[in-house]
Amino acid sequence: MDDMIKVDAANYKDLMKHYIETQDEQSLYGVEQVSKTFIKNNILPEEIVNLHIQALAELYPNMLEDFQHSMDFLLEAMIAYGMAHQEYQTLREKQNELKSEISVAASMQKTLLGTTKPTIEGLDIGVISVPAHQMNGDYHHFVKGKDGSLGIAVADVIGKGIPAALCMSMIKYAMDSYPEESMTPKAILKNLNRVVERNVDPSMFITMFYAQYLPTENLLQYSSAGHEPGYYYNASADSFTEIESKGLVLGVSPATEYNQYELKVDKGDMIILLTDGVTECRDGERFIESEEILDVIKQYSHLPSQEMVTQVYKHFEKLQEFELRDDFTLLILKREV
Amino acid sequence: MNLVIDVVEENNKSVVNLSGEIDAYTAPNLKESLLPLTQKEGNTVEVDLGNVNYMDSTGLGVFISALKSTKENGSEMKLVNIQDRVLRLFKITGLDEIMDLNSTIRGVTE
Repeated sequence: MDDMIKVDAANYKDLMKHYIETQDEQSLYGVEQVSKTFIKNNILPEEIVNLHIQALAELYPNMLEDFQHSMDFLLEAMIAYGMAHQEYQTLREKQNELKSEISVAASMQKTLLGTTKPTIEGLDIGVISVPAHQMNGDYHHFVKGKDGSLGIAVADVIGKGIPAALCMSMIKYAMDSYPEESMTPKAILKNLNRVVERNVDPSMFITMFYAQYLPTENLLQYSSAGHEPGYYYNASADSFTEIESKGLVLGVSPATEYNQYELKVDKGDMIILLTDGVTECRDGERFIESEEILDVIKQYSHLPSQEMVTQVYKHFEKLQEFELRDDFTLLILKREV
Repeated sequence: MNLVIDVVEENNKSVVNLSGEIDAYTAPNLKESLLPLTQKEGNTVEVDLGNVNYMDSTGLGVFISALKSTKENGSEMKLVNIQDRVLRLFKITGLDEIMDLNSTIRGVTE
């Protein structure tokens, strides 16, 4: 590398000489290239000034003494810049290290929180979950009971990034420990509320919608802990209604009880569950209203559920000034005709 | 977008006027200003949200920790002049039932 610097140093001198004599653009372009190689090789600003001084002395041995002193003065002035540059290099390396650590954590999170979309006769399920940053604070989970029922949890941890993701792992393990068949949605939320209340920082909380689908009765039983309301599509009336559910977010008050509701699901009906990343989508300064989301869902409702959720996300992603401010999760259940 | 936080202290009462957006970037500042006010026993903290047109869940988190702090420290918190879009968030999360909220414009009703 030293040899290369010598070559560049010689080059610098020649370019400078040429420029002093002719002032042509070509030598300016040349020095730009040389300085890029210097930066690449971590040559510090004061080293370049030093190089300049040497080149000048060689080219103009009779240079004014005062001028020489001024150059030494400049050299001293550049030293602090050199140190700042070195610090910047170190920070950049550290940042790369952190980035790769976070990406390891993110892939670990994916494994930990992984859930398989189950196959249920007569039910078409589609789900998409897109994190706004590297780690996802949204969570969805399927539990297939031995009695043929399907448990579905959709949750959103407030706060983003790593703390939210860590918190989700806790929820997932709490849920895994429940004897799934025996627990109703309201009992699950009541229990999780205690877990969250005890274990999470006061400014953190979790919203969750928990539903249990009973295929034999085509019945959806559900409870909500302050979660963004989902929608029910009634095929015979061809209309969407907000799924009514009220309940306090998890982790605020230890003795919270949750209401449980139920909904009959007929052929062609759809249940749409989402997180506030969907309703908080913005197109520039404009919020995307829920009617607009439902319109888009309707537009793709002839597709299988998985394609439907993918197309809906793509639709919003394509908006010109679309900005994903929060994790985005959309889950659709369609009872097949 | 920024959040301007203006605190007026009276006897046993702190009025916090907010204007702007409460999101992940501005919430930490709000928390820093709001929490110490709720830690004074007997203090009533009135937060005026009349000029807050956007709040995300991070903002709710700040108000939840402030609420918990009022309970621990024997103080009170009221949120007033809440705009519809922000009020919706308090309603969905069920917080409207455990917090002292008022969405009407001050001086018009009550």
